[in-house]
Amino acid sequence: MAAPISAPASAQAGLPLPTTGMPRHQVIALAVMVLFFALAPFAGLYSVFLMKVMCFALFACAFNLLLGYVGLLSFGHAAYFGFSSYLAAHAAKAWGFTPELAILFAVAGSALIGLAFGALAIRRQGIYFAMITLALAQMVFFFCLQAPFTGGENGIQSVPRPPLFGFIPMQGDLQVYWLVFALFIGGFLLVYRIVHSPFGQVLKAIRENEPRAISLGYRVDHYKLIAFVLSAALAGLAGAAKAFVVQLASLTDVAWQMSGEVVLMTLVGGMGTMFGPVVGAFTIITMQTYLAEFGAWVTVIQGGIFLLCVLAFRRGIVGEVARLTRKSF
Amino acid sequence: MSRSMFTGLAATAIALALGMSPAAAQISDNRIKIGVLTDMSGPFRDLAGPNSTAATRMAVQDFGNKLGNVQIEVVQADHQNRADVGATIAREWFDRDGVDVIIDVANSAVALAVSQIARERNKVLLATGPATDALTGAQTCSPNTVHYVYDTWALANGTARAVVESGGKSWFIITADYAFGHSLEAAAMRVVRETGGDVRGTVRVPLNTPDFSSFLLQAQSSRAQIVGLANAGADTINSVKQAAEFGLGRRGQKLASLLVFLSDIHSLGLQTAQGLQFTEAFYWDLNDSTRAWSRRFGEQASPRGTMPSMVHAGNYSVVTQYLNAVQATGTDGGLAVVNKMKEAPYNDPLFGNGQIRADGRRVHDMYLFEAKAPNESRGPWDYYKLVRTIPGEQAFRPLSHPDNCAATRG
Repeated sequence: MAAPISAPASAQAGLPLPTTGMPRHQVIALAVMVLFFALAPFAGLYSVFLMKVMCFALFACAFNLLLGYVGLLSFGHAAYFGFSSYLAAHAAKAWGFTPELAILFAVAGSALIGLAFGALAIRRQGIYFAMITLALAQMVFFFCLQAPFTGGENGIQSVPRPPLFGFIPMQGDLQVYWLVFALFIGGFLLVYRIVHSPFGQVLKAIRENEPRAISLGYRVDHYKLIAFVLSAALAGLAGAAKAFVVQLASLTDVAWQMSGEVVLMTLVGGMGTMFGPVVGAFTIITMQTYLAEFGAWVTVIQGGIFLLCVLAFRRGIVGEVARLTRKSF
Repeated sequence: MSRSMFTGLAATAIALALGMSPAAAQISDNRIKIGVLTDMSGPFRDLAGPNSTAATRMAVQDFGNKLGNVQIEVVQADHQNRADVGATIAREWFDRDGVDVIIDVANSAVALAVSQIARERNKVLLATGPATDALTGAQTCSPNTVHYVYDTWALANGTARAVVESGGKSWFIITADYAFGHSLEAAAMRVVRETGGDVRGTVRVPLNTPDFSSFLLQAQSSRAQIVGLANAGADTINSVKQAAEFGLGRRGQKLASLLVFLSDIHSLGLQTAQGLQFTEAFYWDLNDSTRAWSRRFGEQASPRGTMPSMVHAGNYSVVTQYLNAVQATGTDGGLAVVNKMKEAPYNDPLFGNGQIRADGRRVHDMYLFEAKAPNESRGPWDYYKLVRTIPGEQAFRPLSHPDNCAATRG
C-alpha cells in the first residue's frame, strides 16, 4: 500500500494531490447527496424506499470500486451481498446478536468469501474472470437454496430489530433509517478514500495498463486481491444493512439476476465515477418500486432505459454530466 | 399511534358533522382500499396475475363499488416474485396509501413477509395465491391472515390419499430439490404409507432442470403404478411433457402431480396432459353456480373467455366475505374483521360450504381431477373430469397437528 506514486499521474488528472482532500465541486455534490438523504424522509419520500436505495447504492459503489477503478467485471457480486444478508439475518434472529455485531459478523463473512473467491478469480482476466466469479456465485446460490438455516425459497423471515449497541431502540423505521444512512455515507467515504489513496492510484494504473504496472514493480495480484476483498466486504455491508431494512433475507439477493442488476445500476449511473452508482441505484430502485403497478412492463421499461443508456449516453448519467462540465464526479 | 388517533378523531368529527351512521366513522379514510399484490410478469402470471385483479373487481362491483357511504377501491402491483419488493410495496401501501387489505400474493416467500407486516400494522392478508402451509404453521401463523384456497399439505395429502384409495398403491416420486419440493415429498410419502401404499423410490432433481429423461427412466424401471411429481411451475410442465414423450402412460404408469393449475393444463394441452391426476379446490365446470360465475369472469378476463383458476375464484370469494364482514362490524380494523370472518361458516357459491378456522385456514372440499383425453373434451377449457371429492375435514392439516399454528392448537 505504501508503494510510491508518480506525481505526474495525479497532476495529469487535474486533481489536487490525493492527500489534500476533495475538489470543491465534489464537496458540493457530496453535500447535496448527504442533505438529500438526510431530508428526504421528512419531505414525503417513503423511508423504507430510501433505505433500500441507500443499500443498493452502497452495493453499487462496492461493485464500481472493482469495475470502475480496477477494470475487473465481477459477475458474481450477489454472492457477497446476498450471503451477507443471510448471515446478518441469521445472527440477529437465531443467536440474538445486536445489529452492529450482526453486521460486523456478516461483513467479516463476506470478506472471507471474497478472499477465497478473489484468490481464485484474479488468476484469469476478462470474460474468464467474469465466468469464474459467476460460477462461484452460483455455488453460493445453491448453498443458500439447500442449507437448512436459510429457509430455502421462503428465506429468513421477520428478522428482529434489536436495540443498537444494546440500548439504542431500533423499532421504528426512522431509527433504522439513521443507521443505514450512517453506514451508507461511511461506506461511500471509504470508497472515496480508497480510490483517491496511493493504493487507489495503483489500482487505476492496473486498470489502464496492467503489464506496465507489473514492469514498474507492483505486485499486481496483491492489489487486485485486496481490492476484491474490499469490494466484497462493502457489498456485504450493504447486504447486511438490507436484512434489517426489509427484515428478511431471501434468495433474490443471491441469485445471478442480482449480479446483473448491480452491473445495470453502475452502467446507468456511470462506471468509474464516484456518484454514478448512487444515481444508478436510485434510478433502478425507483423504477422497480413505482412502476410496480404496470406489471410486466417494469422489465421492459428497465430494458429500454438500459438500451437508451448504452446507445445514447454510454458514460452513464453522471459520466455524461462529468463530460459536459469537464469535471470528475 | 397518535396519527391514527388523530385520523380517528377527525373521521368522527366529520361523521358527526355530516350526520353519518356511526359504523362508517370507524372506517379509516372513509374508504376501503383493496391491494392486489401478485405476479404480473413471472411464472404465476397465468394462474393469478391481471385476472386476479379482474376477479377482485367483480366482487367489488357486486357491492356497487361501495358500502353505504364508503367507497371501495382496488389497486394492484407486481411483486416481481421478490420478497423484498413485495414487502416494500406492502409497507408503503399500509403506511402511506391507506390500503386496508392485501390479497392474492402468489408466491410463498412474499406471502410470509406480507403476513408479518400485516400483523404488525393490524391490517389483513387474504392469501389466495401462495402454497406454503407455513402461513398457518407453528412458528409463522398470524391472526390477521386468512389462507384461502389451498396449501401444500392439502395438495400432497389430497392427491396421495385419493390416488392410493383408488388403487394406485405403489409410488415413485420425482422431487424438486429444494425446501418446497422436500415438504411436498415428505407429506406425500407419509400419506401413501399411512393409507397402505408403498413408495418404491424417490429421486431429487435440481430446480429448473430441462432434461428429465434419466429420472423418468428410473421411474419407469421402478415399475411403480404411480409416478408422483413433487415440483411446480416450469418443472412440472417439463416433466409432464417429457413423461408423455417417454410414453409413461402407454406402459400403464400414471402421473400424479402434487401442484397443478388449470392454466398449466391449458398451456400443456390435453394431448400431453391426458391422464394426469392432481388436486384442486375449484374447477369452473363443477356445478351451475361455478359455471355461471366463470362465464361472467370470462367476459372480464383477458384474453376474453379465459376460465378462472382456483386462485381467481378464491379472490372473488374471499373479497366478498371480507366486505360482508366489514359491513357487519362497521370497521376496517384488521383483527376485528378477520375474527368476524372466522365466526360463522359461509356457504360460498364457488367453494361450497366451509369455515375459516381459528388458525386462518379456510376449510372446504378439495377435488381429485384427472386431465381428459383429447377425444373426451367437448370444447375449449373442457379439461378435467372429477375422480373424487375429498371432504374438507380430511383435506387440510388438522388444528391439533404439531406443525400447525401453536396459538390455536389445543
